[in-house]
Amino acid sequence: MIPEIGHFALILALLVAIMLGSFPIIGAARGNAVWMGFARPLAHVHFYLIAFSFICLAYAFAAMDYSVAYVANNSNSQLPLQFRIAAVWGGHEGSLLLWALILSIWTVAVSLFSKHIPDDMRARILGVMGLVSVGFLLFMLMASNPFERLIPAVLDGRDLNPLLQDPGMIFHPPMLYMGYVGFSVAFAFAIAALLGGQLDAAWARWSRPWTTLAWVFLTLGIMLGSNWAYYELGWGGWWFWDAVENASFMPWLVGTALIHSLAVTEKRGSFKAWTVLLAICAFSLSLLGTFLVRSGIITSVHAFATDPRRGVFILAFLVIVIGGSLALFAWRAPAIGRGGKFNVVSRESFLLANNVLLAVAALSVLIGTLYPLFLDALGFGKISVGPPYFDAVFAPLMAPALFLMGIGPIARWKNASLPELAKRLRWAFGISIATAIILPLILGNLTPMIGLGLFLAFWIIVTTVYMVSQRLRDSDQALLTRIKAVPRSWWGMVIAHLGIAVFTIGVTIVKGFESEIAVRMVPGDVAHLAGFDFTFEGVKEITGPNYSASKGQLRVTKNGVERTVLSSEKRLYTVTNMPMTEAGISPAFIHDLYASLGEPLSDGAWSVRIYHKPMVEWIWFGCIMMGFGGLLALSDKRYRIKKRAKNLAEINLSKVES
Amino acid sequence: MNRGMRALIPLAVFLVVVGFLFKGLFLNPKEVPSPLVGKPAPQFSLPRLDNPETVFSPKEMLGQVWMLNAWASWCPSCVEEHPILVSLAKTGLVPLIGLDYKDTQLEAQQWLEKGGNPYAVTVMDADGRVGIDYGVYGVPETYVIDKAGVIVYKQIGPVTVEALRDTIIPLVKKLQSQ
Amino acid sequence: MFRLIVACFMMQVTCVWAEEAQPLQADLAVEMQVQRLSEELRCLVCQNQTLADSHSDLALDLKREVREMATKGMTDEAIVDYLVARYGDFVRYRPALKSSTVLLWFGPFALLLAGGIGLFIQLRRRQAMTTDEPLSAEEARKVDELLDKES
Repeated sequence: MIPEIGHFALILALLVAIMLGSFPIIGAARGNAVWMGFARPLAHVHFYLIAFSFICLAYAFAAMDYSVAYVANNSNSQLPLQFRIAAVWGGHEGSLLLWALILSIWTVAVSLFSKHIPDDMRARILGVMGLVSVGFLLFMLMASNPFERLIPAVLDGRDLNPLLQDPGMIFHPPMLYMGYVGFSVAFAFAIAALLGGQLDAAWARWSRPWTTLAWVFLTLGIMLGSNWAYYELGWGGWWFWDAVENASFMPWLVGTALIHSLAVTEKRGSFKAWTVLLAICAFSLSLLGTFLVRSGIITSVHAFATDPRRGVFILAFLVIVIGGSLALFAWRAPAIGRGGKFNVVSRESFLLANNVLLAVAALSVLIGTLYPLFLDALGFGKISVGPPYFDAVFAPLMAPALFLMGIGPIARWKNASLPELAKRLRWAFGISIATAIILPLILGNLTPMIGLGLFLAFWIIVTTVYMVSQRLRDSDQALLTRIKAVPRSWWGMVIAHLGIAVFTIGVTIVKGFESEIAVRMVPGDVAHLAGFDFTFEGVKEITGPNYSASKGQLRVTKNGVERTVLSSEKRLYTVTNMPMTEAGISPAFIHDLYASLGEPLSDGAWSVRIYHKPMVEWIWFGCIMMGFGGLLALSDKRYRIKKRAKNLAEINLSKVES
Repeated sequence: MNRGMRALIPLAVFLVVVGFLFKGLFLNPKEVPSPLVGKPAPQFSLPRLDNPETVFSPKEMLGQVWMLNAWASWCPSCVEEHPILVSLAKTGLVPLIGLDYKDTQLEAQQWLEKGGNPYAVTVMDADGRVGIDYGVYGVPETYVIDKAGVIVYKQIGPVTVEALRDTIIPLVKKLQSQ
Repeated sequence: MFRLIVACFMMQVTCVWAEEAQPLQADLAVEMQVQRLSEELRCLVCQNQTLADSHSDLALDLKREVREMATKGMTDEAIVDYLVARYGDFVRYRPALKSSTVLLWFGPFALLLAGGIGLFIQLRRRQAMTTDEPLSAEEARKVDELLDKES
């Protein structure tokens, strides 16, 4: 009965979404306040219905209701509860429901935190989000119903793919979807502004915190996915340029560009048309990613089981949403004002240049991802575009972007001077070059790529430190007071930029200095890598909740002192009969030691792979810093409305007193 | 280009991409066409399954149209394909040569006893090297080879009734009449 | 002198006794070449993995072939050509530069160039702009007002 109720709630949600997508927008066009007023209550009902439906599906998983086809296909009675819940989004239908749920969360959040937005604007924003939801709910109900019954029911389910039975599955998809779907807010703001012709600085200020928040989620979501792949796939890779990874990376690149151009639009009224285009593109790329995963058009580890009928449906949806918005853009953009005047050398120019680089980078990832499809469609045969290509193309595009990151925040708005900038930054440049050459020489491997990577990272760090010291000097107040006096959004930028530097250091060092060995070991054998001794302590047979495993242990010593014990498992999941490797990792600030158990060989020996990965954790720590920077910017006074009003009152009061 | 025209660029790019995506929905990204089509079939000489003392080589088939079918007793989709091959063999239209890929002699022989033997000759490719020369990446795979010993067609995955009726038999007949 | 010999001998003994793990492959130079190549080759069975990462039978066979060719001293190009002749361009994760992939390899840099030129023209035009429409004081006030409405 419960699955039917969930299904019914979904049908009601579709009806509500249709109302949400029509009444408020028509009301805004006609100036009908009552119709516009429907937007907020409808957004709430929409959320409650989808949340209820989601709970029904989660309940079916928890209660092991194998008469529901989706539950039977994606779980098993031996599967631990936390993975049974995460299995809700482990397949196509349920992950779509998660998509819809998260969209309804963002919609209700906008309706709650948009009291200061004019009624017609708010009505249009919520209406656009309702229209997007209509598409997804319709798709779910017509071609991907998660509540479909299985007749006759089966006794037990087919189990969740063992690759997904990991804590990463609990956090990575919801986080990533919060980011993906979060760009729908910026998108809805942009479309509402285009519809209403209110494309001004206020629009930029409203959509900025939403965009930043979505970007924070996306950054952390991608980071979690990368970290998950690192320990789950058993060979220590952290980014594979897989088609679906690219599909999450493209919105990130465009979203990053959007955050920066929104800043210019808000502060200086410039780049309005460009900013709107980026807002449309960020969400369009999110939708494209959804399409790529579900259409079977591209082979990928992330791809769901496919069905061309579904592909045609999502493609039609894509054409309506993206095509419609780009047509609206083409119609309205020529009338958008150009905004403030600025010189060729100015902070605006540097930000715009960075935007161009990020956009070109996103387009290049798109070209690389879709190129095999283009050639195949034109009958030129099948090719593969993989990591060697992306590494070769991406680095030269990103290097100038990182270099500009050091200059942009220091340059003046409107009119900066190159000679002056050169004079101010010459020391930073010298220090960065020197460190980038000396450090690899000390570590024993200087290649152009290592040198370049470290130079860019140090360049960002040194210029940022210089910028901070400039901002904090010339005052006799205590340091803490001076730090507090600077807006948090500025500190957010500082930390996010330093995060990029930390990330770059991690990538450069791990690529340049990692080492690995593949050895044959019997218990008692010792292998050596990077100054550590790894003693093989043999393999034990263990049994997990739904798998059996061989667990191998390596005792790690350095100069006779025990450092850690690495245990790696070779699991066999009983229901799916799929083997999985669980790597043994000892993560640390300076380096990770990483071992994975291979195959049993003759005479009780095992093949074992051991990796030394210096500074690999910095990659994810850098991402966390970026996310934290974003959150710090969000906590800025400007966005805390009440506080802000109070501050203004205090200022006025003090003026009166003095 | 004026502003109005420039504002249309994103839409134009998007529509081109959509065209390709639509076409892509009807392509199979997993199927990798063989570069060997149009090239001479690689030579080999492998022991026969029925009599490992004697060897078979594609040279023996020069002058006639024939089919090479890579199969294995451990391969699930071969079960699906096998009866179709058996009925093809009964028509006597075209000689089928079996390439028993990475299999053991005993299991292969049992398989043929059980399901019937459609092959004129079966050879054993125990270490899969000939399979690599033919670009086999997942059994079953089937090659149609012409009188001059050139590969004309490759069927990836099981030979289905449709593939046989619509593609393979007309092709074989055409090649035989040449 | 005798002591030294004894010490050496004993060290030898302890080394043997310490049971050094044996590398899976003896020739390190060959193994590095195999690793380098198999990281750029795509497995045809599980199509999202490189030969290096895949544990499928075919991947292991192909790695064995690559190792044999590397042991014979064949160059990277020759080994890749050998595989491309059998499986097609699909096996290369680094697409070959040919007429059909010109756009793939040079497209991003052409875009960068176009973006750079477009940016420069835009900036020059903006610098020469006679009308300046920055945020007017009125607009800025309106924005602040809208934000303050909340309280």
